[in-house]
Amino acid sequence: MLLIRRCEPSNSLASKSKRNFMSQTNGQLLEVKGLRTYFETEDGTVKAVDGISFALRRGETLGIVGESGSGKSVTNLSIIRLIPNPPGKIVSGEVVFNGQDLLLLSAEQVRRIRGRRIAMIFQDPMTSLNPFMKISRQLMEMTQLHLGHTRAQAYEHAIKMLETVGIPDARGRIDSYPHEFSGGMRQRVMIAMALSCEPELLIADEPTTALDVTIQAQILELIKELKRETGTSVILITHDLGVVAGMTDHVIVMYAGKVFEQAPTEELFSHPGNPYTSGLLRSVPDPTDEQDQLYQIPGLPPDVAHLQPGCPFAPRCERAEEICQREFPPFVQLSADHFSLCHFAREIFGESGGAAR
Amino acid sequence: MKNDESSIKDEPERRDPASPPLAGLPLETFVPGDVIHTPPEYAITETDVHPLGGAELVSGSSLWTDAWRRLLKNKLAVFGMVIVILITIASIVGPAVVKAATGYTPDFIPSGNAKLLKSFPPFTAPDGSFSLTHPMGTDNQGRDLLARVLQGGQISLMVGIISTLVSLLIGISYGAIAGYLGGRPDNIMMRLVDVLYSLPYIIIVIVLLSMFRSQTARGQLVLLFIALGSVSWLTMARIVRGQVLSLKNQEFVLAARATGVSTLRIIFRHIVPNTLGPVIVYATLTIPTVMLTEAFLSFLGFGVQPPLASWGSLASDGIQNIAIFPWQLIFPGVTMALTLFSLNFLGDGLRDALDPQMRTF
Repeated sequence: MLLIRRCEPSNSLASKSKRNFMSQTNGQLLEVKGLRTYFETEDGTVKAVDGISFALRRGETLGIVGESGSGKSVTNLSIIRLIPNPPGKIVSGEVVFNGQDLLLLSAEQVRRIRGRRIAMIFQDPMTSLNPFMKISRQLMEMTQLHLGHTRAQAYEHAIKMLETVGIPDARGRIDSYPHEFSGGMRQRVMIAMALSCEPELLIADEPTTALDVTIQAQILELIKELKRETGTSVILITHDLGVVAGMTDHVIVMYAGKVFEQAPTEELFSHPGNPYTSGLLRSVPDPTDEQDQLYQIPGLPPDVAHLQPGCPFAPRCERAEEICQREFPPFVQLSADHFSLCHFAREIFGESGGAAR
Repeated sequence: MKNDESSIKDEPERRDPASPPLAGLPLETFVPGDVIHTPPEYAITETDVHPLGGAELVSGSSLWTDAWRRLLKNKLAVFGMVIVILITIASIVGPAVVKAATGYTPDFIPSGNAKLLKSFPPFTAPDGSFSLTHPMGTDNQGRDLLARVLQGGQISLMVGIISTLVSLLIGISYGAIAGYLGGRPDNIMMRLVDVLYSLPYIIIVIVLLSMFRSQTARGQLVLLFIALGSVSWLTMARIVRGQVLSLKNQEFVLAARATGVSTLRIIFRHIVPNTLGPVIVYATLTIPTVMLTEAFLSFLGFGVQPPLASWGSLASDGIQNIAIFPWQLIFPGVTMALTLFSLNFLGDGLRDALDPQMRTF
């Protein structure tokens, strides 16, 4: 391998102890614990992801929501160890996938997991397919690499996958180049590629952001349908709250590299326990309301290289009080599965009717 | 939020290619009265088209087909291409044809007949009358100049092409690896290129050729390929590195990495093919440069050794008698100039065809 990556010498020992752990991971597919990914820049250390923890059960869909630059994508690139190094570095934390800490594996071992057991779909289908390779070759590469298919097997499998994702005349279209497909079709090809090895986890990084709304709905429905058929777990990164509402079981709201709120989807929407989440919910325009001006959270996301000691959201927060400038807020448990990073989490949760439940 | 599946499911025949662009399909599914709504202005976007738009494209309209079409529109490039192909074919089959027609091979010296051991002008028989035997005349020893020019073409083109291939091989691998790895390895590798760049390459070639001077003419030829190839890869490495630097941060490379493709495979199967446009252009322009260098070296006596001849060595022989036997210089010189022109036209045409946005290097 030419890429020099983090490879712990205590590898075999670690994986042995993890294997025992595996039996205890009842239904838990992925568990991220205290993940920190920093980027060294001339401007200082950018704490893109700063102590993120969450868990994902088999067959579940997790939504990760946040503004641009909140660390959503970095979190997921960290999971499959695709952070460009340098300048990026996973400083600490664990990414336990099937009872195995991915951060302790060698680069070669991680490479075998990528695409085979954890697959990814990217935001822009226009740029995430190689323009110089035929669709067939890009699809075949996956199964030849991971499942040891022969060319003929891989070719048939690729056609089958294209049919699965709803591309008409898959056999006739498979030898096309990406530029001969429209955006929605390319995203289908991406999904076909991602699912061709039947991964246990699918990470979809804003899969519909670059698509127009009708195509968006088709793609989301396709992911949902395939998820139902294959039982794949999904992490859905998006900044579109509507997508999250329709697709996910749990939601994580990220801000400045931290988890600000974490809750079952329904509860998050009905009873947010964090002013940032309420702000996000309020920023979604309501067509029945004849307001002249749309709501927006004032200010800009903070520069994560130079965070002030207090709550990173405090300068933009309507509820901020003196303590918010001074002290980092606690991570408060509001109900069984509901956590919020705020000094006033309980109050806000109560106001949104959460306490009554 | 439990009814989310039903409402999208109801949409009519989602995958039917004939169905219209699915207007009226709800973007998301909400419980009525929910806080979240689809912004109406968001829903009107017309950025994309039919869900299967672009599906009914003509097959085979690949990037190469487009480039080929653009190339054919460029008259000068087509002219260059035709000339290059003609000269190449002539060089390959020419000596055999000349031998069949006149009995002269490139290195046949008519030593049996002292009258023939001198230079005749084109189309002239030994007695001064018109003759088709030597359309380009003969050289000092009475060898047929046409046969020699054609054979010289073989050698010159071979030097040009093989040395360019050597430079492609080294340049692409070196540049692609440096560019993809980035950081310190890139820095070290490219500073080495800078150092080599700053040395006068013609001197390096001369030193290489005289240090490893081979006993046979063919050995010397191989040495020439290696020497020329090993100095002409520098620019190629820079071009490829630059391309790779801009390509490696593209999403399709990240996507390939996310599918578990190995680093070497990403570099050579996913990235390098994307650099081929500029590489082909530069390679086409390298061939004439290398040929010129070879001619220069042969002219100085370092290049192709007798009995083999190249256009450069023929011109070198010819220049000694330029006042008396001008055809000895004119024919190899003009043939070579024509080839170099044609290759440059072709290279320029390819650049315009493969890189419509980039006109200069």
